[in-house]
Amino acid sequence: MGNIVYINANNQLGKAAFEVVTYAHKLGGSVTVLATGTLSTSDLALLGSYGANEIIINRSISGNDDKQIAAWIATRVQGAENIIFSNDFNGKAIAPRLSVRLKAGLVAGAVSLPEPDGSIKVNVFSGKAFGYVKVNTAQRIISLLPNSIAPETTGAPCSVQEVQEPGADSGIKVITVKKPEGTIPLPEAELVVSAGRGLKGPENWGMIETLANSLGAATACSRPVADIGWRPHHEHVGQTGVAIRPNLYIAVGISGAIQHLAGVNGSKVIVVVNTDPEAPFFKAADYGVVGDAFEVIPRLTEAINKFKTSH
Amino acid sequence: MKILVCISKAPDTTSKIAFTNNNSAFDENGVQYIVNPYDEWYALVRALEIKEYIGADITIITVGPAADEAIMRKALAIGADEAVRIDAEPSDAYFVASAIATYAKEKGFDLVLTGKETINYNGSQIGGMIAEGIDAPFVSIASKLDVSGNTLTLEREIAGGVEVVEVSLPAVISCAKGMAEQRIPNMRGIMAARTKPLEVISPASNEQLTSYVSFASPQAKSSVKLINANDMDELVSLLHNEAKVI
Repeated sequence: MGNIVYINANNQLGKAAFEVVTYAHKLGGSVTVLATGTLSTSDLALLGSYGANEIIINRSISGNDDKQIAAWIATRVQGAENIIFSNDFNGKAIAPRLSVRLKAGLVAGAVSLPEPDGSIKVNVFSGKAFGYVKVNTAQRIISLLPNSIAPETTGAPCSVQEVQEPGADSGIKVITVKKPEGTIPLPEAELVVSAGRGLKGPENWGMIETLANSLGAATACSRPVADIGWRPHHEHVGQTGVAIRPNLYIAVGISGAIQHLAGVNGSKVIVVVNTDPEAPFFKAADYGVVGDAFEVIPRLTEAINKFKTSH
Repeated sequence: MKILVCISKAPDTTSKIAFTNNNSAFDENGVQYIVNPYDEWYALVRALEIKEYIGADITIITVGPAADEAIMRKALAIGADEAVRIDAEPSDAYFVASAIATYAKEKGFDLVLTGKETINYNGSQIGGMIAEGIDAPFVSIASKLDVSGNTLTLEREIAGGVEVVEVSLPAVISCAKGMAEQRIPNMRGIMAARTKPLEVISPASNEQLTSYVSFASPQAKSSVKLINANDMDELVSLLHNEAKVI
């Protein structure tokens, strides 16, 4: 028995990569990492510390071409019991393709290790319930929801084998990659500061950005705010925007409609700041502050700055 | 241009999420179904915009029981031309995608659109599986889609930026926020939808790769801890010492 982990190694390895290798290690059996991209072998070797026994990087495939990548992985998974992805934009494109190609069942968005009966827990109904999924095939594909298990180091870096195995052309041509201006991408952010209509106008977002900067957090917003153009669409979290699961979600002036909660209820800790003590969001919050954002947020920023200088 | 838009039913957001039959199935009692918002607001509406700019025939397809025809009529009322229902319970992503891929291959569509995920099972699997099934390129979670001749230009969020890509038709695209805006059907659309063709076919195969063993509801959150609005040092201290998130 053995486990295969796919890593897209075009950028520095992030927490999600350490999570999937830790997950594979905890499943038991050997862990082979299949990687594509340009990252150096010394950076990749670090995955050994999280439990990888063997790392193979294909230098002929770079980028995010799901068809090429799925076709290459399929040539190297014979006999593997589990094939594990991070359920990020890459995993969401590659894992379903591989499932069809190998006729191996896919557990999409796993949030924990298998149960004793072999089923795996996933989020369903946008975080309002859990389901337990069983795979009916000998080979199983698992895509792990980011921030579901804590990465653990277990050993030493391992050796990395470089191969050149060109993939088939899939017909996707990358024209350009637009980099956002110095902001933290929302789906990957561990800390998020979000605001809604309670802020009264786009000119008042300065204090939200200042707080986010002090924390090292990403900024987000509620749907009405994105729809009326106060903030860009990619910041909209909620049922029809981005679903996020950061460690800390601070919601300022957001009432907490059920559609908004569906996008943030996977957050580990929720702080709600609202003038209305009856705002439904308080029911979903861990910590609440009833007060005027225009007074509370600068005070909170000051407290964070004070904390940062003493820690 | 022939466009296939895959739609799915989803419970209205205000529905109570409960389970029945020893927690093995979703309790549909009193549940109002809608068209999955990603399928309707982004995939279907973008298809309609393409139809308005350059002309297209839009077929919607769903895998589900006869009761799903209500949401299919709504999609027709918004502006799709015809509908196909594959008569089966959509209990496994591979099963659903294979059934749709078989139909798509037979009819030869230029463009297949899905929502980025459903709001009930959140799997985000169908688009990639159809693409593999019909051997077409797939662009996942696209937030912008433009057509020029035989070429699509798309934008999607990737780690650390937005990727702009081009693909040639035929292609499969999963659609996310940014691509289009919700449309409300008008009376004329609702009337016209009643007589638009709705074909019912059987799935080509019954093979399933996964199954749900059971469901569970999350533990109720313990009640909120309120902090004095004048004491933000206390909040910071709790976030550091108690919640351990900063």
